[in-house]
Amino acid sequence: MAKPASNLAKSGNALMNWIDQRLPVTAFWNATMTGYFAPKNFNFWYYMGVLSLVILVMQILSGIFLTMHYKPSAVEAFASVEYIMRDVEWGWLIRYMHSTGASFFFIVIYLHMFRSFLYGSHRAPRELVWIFGMMIYLALMAEAFMGYVLPWGQMSYWGAQVIINLFGAIPTIGEPLTEWIRGDYFISDATLNRFFALHVIALPLAILGLVLMHLVALRENGSNNPDGIEIKANKDENGIPLDGIPFHPYYTIKDLFGISMFLLVFAFVIFFWPEAGGLFLEHDNFVPADPLVTPTHIKPVWYFTPYYAILKAVPDKLMGVILMFAAVGILFFLPWLDRSPVKSIRYKGAWYKVMLGLFAIAFVRLGMLGMSEGTPEQTIEMRVWTFVYFSFFILLFFLSPRASTKPLPERVTH
Amino acid sequence: MNKNILLALCGLLAVLAISTNSFASSEGALMHANVNVRDTAASQRGARLFVNYCLSCHAASYMRYNRLAEDLGLGEDLVMENLVFADAKIGDTMEVAMRPADAVSWLGKEPPNLSLVARSRGADWLYTYFLTFYRDENGGWNNLAFPNASMPHVLWQLQGIQQPIYATHDGQQVIDRLELAQPGLQTPAEYEETVRDLVTFLEYLGEPAEVKRKNVGIWVMLFLALFALLAYALKAEYWRDVH
Repeated sequence: MAKPASNLAKSGNALMNWIDQRLPVTAFWNATMTGYFAPKNFNFWYYMGVLSLVILVMQILSGIFLTMHYKPSAVEAFASVEYIMRDVEWGWLIRYMHSTGASFFFIVIYLHMFRSFLYGSHRAPRELVWIFGMMIYLALMAEAFMGYVLPWGQMSYWGAQVIINLFGAIPTIGEPLTEWIRGDYFISDATLNRFFALHVIALPLAILGLVLMHLVALRENGSNNPDGIEIKANKDENGIPLDGIPFHPYYTIKDLFGISMFLLVFAFVIFFWPEAGGLFLEHDNFVPADPLVTPTHIKPVWYFTPYYAILKAVPDKLMGVILMFAAVGILFFLPWLDRSPVKSIRYKGAWYKVMLGLFAIAFVRLGMLGMSEGTPEQTIEMRVWTFVYFSFFILLFFLSPRASTKPLPERVTH
Repeated sequence: MNKNILLALCGLLAVLAISTNSFASSEGALMHANVNVRDTAASQRGARLFVNYCLSCHAASYMRYNRLAEDLGLGEDLVMENLVFADAKIGDTMEVAMRPADAVSWLGKEPPNLSLVARSRGADWLYTYFLTFYRDENGGWNNLAFPNASMPHVLWQLQGIQQPIYATHDGQQVIDRLELAQPGLQTPAEYEETVRDLVTFLEYLGEPAEVKRKNVGIWVMLFLALFALLAYALKAEYWRDVH
């Protein structure tokens, strides 16, 4: 017979006490969830953090099942992916979850980063949150690039060829460096095998470690908010921020809603639009890799194309490579480039709205131009938007301390 | 403030919409295949065409006969009798009898595996390809969708023989349209249906799970919509005391 409910609760408490004396589970939960006060004015943009965590978990889980059936060899890789798509029970679902998840990871991460541009989340004292975030972004790009090679289709092969050859532009050490990366004189079985190892073990471990650091650094000062003011400046007699609410249950429940809305969109793509018109799964990648046949139009996957367009905008290969890496590198300095007395776009004035709008358009347009064939007119447009992209950071540095701002509110607004 | 963000997003979308136009035109004009993978009868007819006209040279190495039997509602006996000509077993993949080395010496190169051709080329391209074979001046076969294609027109007996009608465009001779010079066993309308059947089968062949995927998807979406609704109600209840 079952114990009465009160006894059950008592024995549950006893168990929890026993554990807490040995492992601080309750203390950890209280410190990071129920006793952590988050600003009450989070909006749409604040879902992206938890969504990227959800995607990370899905990528790891679906990835584990893919590795059970995938064969990391140049002879078998392509066929093993089709084996997963056809002969493995629900294999098509696992594969589409993983391929769609990769693209959605970048959609969510780009929105997550844009949130920081909007509300100044990277500003002091949260610079390290941003730096760890940027390191996650770099690791994620490497993870995605190597993962894209694994299906061993034409675009896997030739995309990898083009990207790895970029390192060949470096004087003197360029050629040996590309050979060292490939493990061969061309993209081959050796390349595929090492990319598999890095994709399933090395980079996921690095990403998990960096995500942990990102979250620890975030909890140290607590989240920023759309007003860009510190909620800890106004506390009640118990030391609780007046504009703060316990993360659990308020934001866990709210995130549950956000996650379910995200899953609706995600499931729609998986079940009804998995190729996304050739953006998430490229048509040429349904042709097995063939070192002897070069596809007419080689391009990286959509999430790399903004940087690819910056590369193609420059006539000189080495300068293009430098500018491309600079486009990513400059983001690391964002917390120190923005010197405005206020953090949020809400109090920065029209100059910032115009600049950020142009920057966003530049990034999206560069992404589209990076997929194009690169006609002379498109090349000129790439140059224009590359100029706009870098101008944002330079103007930000010089304008932000001088430009007029609006008065900050005492408390967060709705 | 949220209005500003919305405005910015709208602006971004407008830029996207305008600029996608400039990218869409790079593909040549393709006819619309209008295939429906749920049309099992069309897939069955297409499977027969595929086995009769394609499988002697092109393999479909990722497709198993028993999967075909199950998905197209044919039953394994029917498939063994009507679709399996080689000494293959029901659980085997659809291979060609020709050895790769023979293929190279007879045809110049090994004809591609067609398992995924609908995914790499697209249904519209395949449909256009099968409808735009013509006899050129040299007496050989040529194709509008795939100029100088090495494959001859294997369905010519059904379609008949088309010849190009030229027009002068900017001082250059270009093919204006194709004209049926010698009728085949089928009328043009019948032939279009035949090609549609074949392309329907190729579409199925590219992703056998497609119909199941969409069927499951509807239930997943319904579940998630219900879940989102409940999550929203829960959130609203919890957040009532946040002012």
